[in-house]
Amino acid sequence: MATIEAVTPRAYAGTPRRGPVTRLLEDERWLSSFLLMPTILLLGLFIAYPFVKGVLLAVTDTKVGIPGGFVGLANFEKLWHDDIFRTAVYNTFLYTFVTTVFKLVLGLWLALLLNRHFRGKAFVRAFILLPFIIPTVLSTFAWKWMFDPTFSVINWLLFHLGIITGRINWLGDPDLAIISVMVVNVWRGVPFYAISLLAGLQTISPELHEAAAIDGARAWNRFRYVTWPLLLPVTMVVVLFSVIQTFADFQLVYVLTGGGPANHTHLFATYAYQIGVGTGLLSEGAAVSLAIFPVLLLVVIIQLVYIRRVETI
Amino acid sequence: MLALAIIVCCLAAIVGYITAGDKSRSRVGWAVGSFLLPPVVLVLLLALRPLQLYGPEGAPWRRWLSFRIPLTLFIVGLLFPFYWMIVTSVRPDNELYRPWNAANYTPFWTLRPTLQHITDLLSETLFTTWMMNTMLIAIVSTVISLICGLFAGYALSRLKFPFAGGIGTGIFITYLVPQTLLFIPLADIIRNFHLGDSPWALILTYPTFLIPFVTWLMMGYFKSIPKELEECARIDGAPRWKAMAYIIFPIAVPGILSAGIFAFTLSWNEFIYALVFLSSPEQKTVPVGVTSELVRGDVFYWGELMAGALLGSIPVAFVYSFFVEHYVSGITGSVKG
Repeated sequence: MATIEAVTPRAYAGTPRRGPVTRLLEDERWLSSFLLMPTILLLGLFIAYPFVKGVLLAVTDTKVGIPGGFVGLANFEKLWHDDIFRTAVYNTFLYTFVTTVFKLVLGLWLALLLNRHFRGKAFVRAFILLPFIIPTVLSTFAWKWMFDPTFSVINWLLFHLGIITGRINWLGDPDLAIISVMVVNVWRGVPFYAISLLAGLQTISPELHEAAAIDGARAWNRFRYVTWPLLLPVTMVVVLFSVIQTFADFQLVYVLTGGGPANHTHLFATYAYQIGVGTGLLSEGAAVSLAIFPVLLLVVIIQLVYIRRVETI
Repeated sequence: MLALAIIVCCLAAIVGYITAGDKSRSRVGWAVGSFLLPPVVLVLLLALRPLQLYGPEGAPWRRWLSFRIPLTLFIVGLLFPFYWMIVTSVRPDNELYRPWNAANYTPFWTLRPTLQHITDLLSETLFTTWMMNTMLIAIVSTVISLICGLFAGYALSRLKFPFAGGIGTGIFITYLVPQTLLFIPLADIIRNFHLGDSPWALILTYPTFLIPFVTWLMMGYFKSIPKELEECARIDGAPRWKAMAYIIFPIAVPGILSAGIFAFTLSWNEFIYALVFLSSPEQKTVPVGVTSELVRGDVFYWGELMAGALLGSIPVAFVYSFFVEHYVSGITGSVKG
């Protein structure tokens, strides 16, 4: 008997001894809380806490250096009667709507062009993304210089094409200023749309098109009934994502017009900056930027519902 | 058909004539423009009509109309501002400040290129300091975000734990929160933490918009890695965290690279936090420094501004040019998940 015992191998002899931490991390719950801790800490401290603080700030009359008391919804009521705020609301919706339509149409068009085979395609694709990757403020300065009333190359071009006879003050006229800002936003956004939609297009199998073509579908119908429905999920996400970014845009207006001429081109963010940081009325500024929230909430809900629907199918 | 087209054009012309608005715009010009609008739209529709997706086909004129001309216009339109930036930054001042209707205005080139603006920028402003600041902030916040996002992405896609769904949704929602919603209360918090006017204010806040993106991207990436790889390592006796760190993370390197490059460009681009949290010139980042120090009141130092814009874009363009494919997969991952 003794000999048999001696040759019986000890169970798990090869397994190294494990420390208490390793053993603790074997438990999925402990490991996941360890892994998620830094993220939750940072997001809680610099997203959730400021958000709550923003709401609390908006119902007081705090100014820089002067802690304020509770005033209820007085700040929002004041905004309701504020003409500049109303202009900003109108501008923001108009700006978001118009630029999104243009970005989607032009971006889809560009994506369809890039989806063909031609020489130098990789090269073209790489260069086309430049407007999107170059820091917004820096490229916007190039546009500001192009819009300069006295030195504008755009005026020179339009003049020599015979379209205008005098100088156009792009950023000095309220209507032209908002159009100029929209042009720059579309210019910066089209590459993002094009590249995202191109990725969506490339997942659509060519055989579907061939099958439709054999069945006699013409180009437009192939697009309408094959490409578009398959591209819709990607398009949805890209549009919702870009709507939020556009709605909360700050940099373009800040650099191009600073909200001028005479406060005609403010968006939510630039007006919040002007009130909250420029004039130091913290609570009113916080109220203005909170006005972005309902739209954000709407988009988030659409996004979540939509994703859930896609996942359950 | 033709009659109908002419009627439509005339109607458009009348609408244009009426809506021309204030006196500064020529009514006849607007009427002519509106008259031409329908044909232009028609040509554009024709150009779009053969939406052939796989290779140009058909007659040569159609290929030109539907493919080459629009693509060329896109490329020229998208790249012209950069060309303009480069030309402006090497143009001597006497040529730069010549009105567009002057006889000797040379818009598209310069005969006497100069490096004056670039040397002025480097020697007389704090531009190099701003570059160093931005580089430090972008790199450190990218690294922090990568670590946090990698861990969180792994936990959310691989592990079972209570509230997993809720935490996932929470991180997704923060992904959509724009910086402009929070900058005023956040500035207050930064002041209370005594972080104002130091790079830490940005190093700690930039991850808030980078982590959700990295997490989102990595979750998608982890889902594409088969579970069996990890299970094999576990059966061979590896502890769970080792299977994660030595088996799964190395496979995820391409995903990490995409996320890192995208995060780096995002933090280089960030503007409003840097504008609000930093005040002294020697702490500023490139976008803020260029905006606030090269514009004095109403005076724009255009040559230096364009040189600054050009040099300030180089690190991003450099990183991008080496990793185009990774960057593109970062973009597409950011929307697909």
